[in-house]
Amino acid sequence: MQGPAFVKIDGVDLVYRQAEEETLAVQDLTLDIQEGEFVAVVGPSGCGKSTLMKLVTGLLDPSNGLITVDGKPVKGPVQGVGMAFQNSTLLPWRSTLDNVMLPLEIVEPHKRRLRKEKKAYVEQAMALLKTVGLQDFAEKFPWQLSGGMQQRANVCRSIIHEPRLLMLDEPFGALDAFTREELWGVMQALWLEKRFTAILITHDLREAVYLADRVFVMSQRPGRIIHNRAIDIPRPRTLDTTFEPHFGEIVHELRALIHDVRES
Amino acid sequence: MNEKTLIRAMPWLVTIGFFLLWEVVCLLTRVEAFILPRPSLVFITMAEFAPQIAHHSLWTLYTTTVGFAIGVVGGALLGIFIGASRLVYVGLYPVLVGFNSIPKVAVVPVLVIWFGIGTIPAIITAFIISFFPIVVNVATGLATIEPELRDVLRSLGASKTEILTKVGLPRAMPYLFASLKIAITLAFVGSVISETVASNEGIGYLMLSASSSYNVPLVFAGLIVVAVMGVVMYAIAVWFEKRMTGWAFRGSDLMG
Repeated sequence: MQGPAFVKIDGVDLVYRQAEEETLAVQDLTLDIQEGEFVAVVGPSGCGKSTLMKLVTGLLDPSNGLITVDGKPVKGPVQGVGMAFQNSTLLPWRSTLDNVMLPLEIVEPHKRRLRKEKKAYVEQAMALLKTVGLQDFAEKFPWQLSGGMQQRANVCRSIIHEPRLLMLDEPFGALDAFTREELWGVMQALWLEKRFTAILITHDLREAVYLADRVFVMSQRPGRIIHNRAIDIPRPRTLDTTFEPHFGEIVHELRALIHDVRES
Repeated sequence: MNEKTLIRAMPWLVTIGFFLLWEVVCLLTRVEAFILPRPSLVFITMAEFAPQIAHHSLWTLYTTTVGFAIGVVGGALLGIFIGASRLVYVGLYPVLVGFNSIPKVAVVPVLVIWFGIGTIPAIITAFIISFFPIVVNVATGLATIEPELRDVLRSLGASKTEILTKVGLPRAMPYLFASLKIAITLAFVGSVISETVASNEGIGYLMLSASSSYNVPLVFAGLIVVAVMGVVMYAIAVWFEKRMTGWAFRGSDLMG
């Protein structure tokens, strides 16, 4: 590994307190992510994957340990991070274009410039919509779009302000298999173009191997990182790649690890 | 007749059918007019007393809409206040529920002591009775923002005010308009109660004075006028709702 990590999680525990009961959600979580790297986190359900995401973005404070993003310790919500969830959470009263442009109304320096340079920003948003194939749906409302289209718009919204860190929490989880595989390609193309640092939380091992440079496997609750697998498959990866033996081997290897974790 | 025109005609058919049934039941049972007057008699009385009814119903309409307007503004503001802050929500909600449980007819005498009989108690009663559903609905709209959406906005660095104006308020609009439909009909209940207890004007007063002189058809005429005004105001609220928050209905035509 080279250079200082962009995202560094060092010995982090998180205890949820609910009334008298304490639940240890993650324990001694340690991992480094380089700038511009695409990593995936996989694990059995309820292993604290989403907790990891909230810790990195500062939406939750760790009970022990330290998290730094870009060399700065995380205290409170990290500003300007891009996020996309399984539920697209688009605003039904805004058109697709206006939904995608929402972060520009919040994140500096765009917020300051938006009114003056509206036209340039609209062009930028339209260009982004075009790369995901939504250029003809900019004026449509979210509820007029299919689930796959909504998720494309959601991804656009999460990267319109060019965040250095993108958090993806099972963004394709609710889609049918064909749409999901199609969106892997869209996601990879966006990443190859913009090279943001991305953390993908997923329970789809093929999705993890297709998209990520490295895959972290988490244990049962309390979640820890038990395996760190580099994916040495050249990019751009295609759907054909997923049928190559080497791809299959990696998926099997990860599947076996998760199986062991669930048994233990 | 195709289905669309039938759907349009249904409310009228049911209303006319209701009056016909009433008429027939009265004729068959030969019930006395001072107990249950036939609708035909009620409508004749309505025409006979048209000037008085017009005067008093306009008065009621006035006190109701003023009280309702104050209720909308006050209710929306308090709803935003309650919905935006968990602390205020927890603190104020039980008090509001308690306040709403008080029968409004018991409040009117107190209002009369404070403000004298007439307009002001009617306006205030319409206000306090229409206020509660608006507060509850607006607060609910604000308090039920999806947690994921809140996370997305917080990690973008949005302030509480930004979350409120960009998501909270637009999201609360359908809740607000839904509550207006309930609130406007309640406002009529409030003003008429107050007029019945203490006023020299309004439909409530007209019905009280009619019943004390055993002019029961006039009492029923007053009831029908109040009902019609309620339906009209409700329809206006629905019209506003459709125009302002069409996105919340997604093309469904079954509403109101």
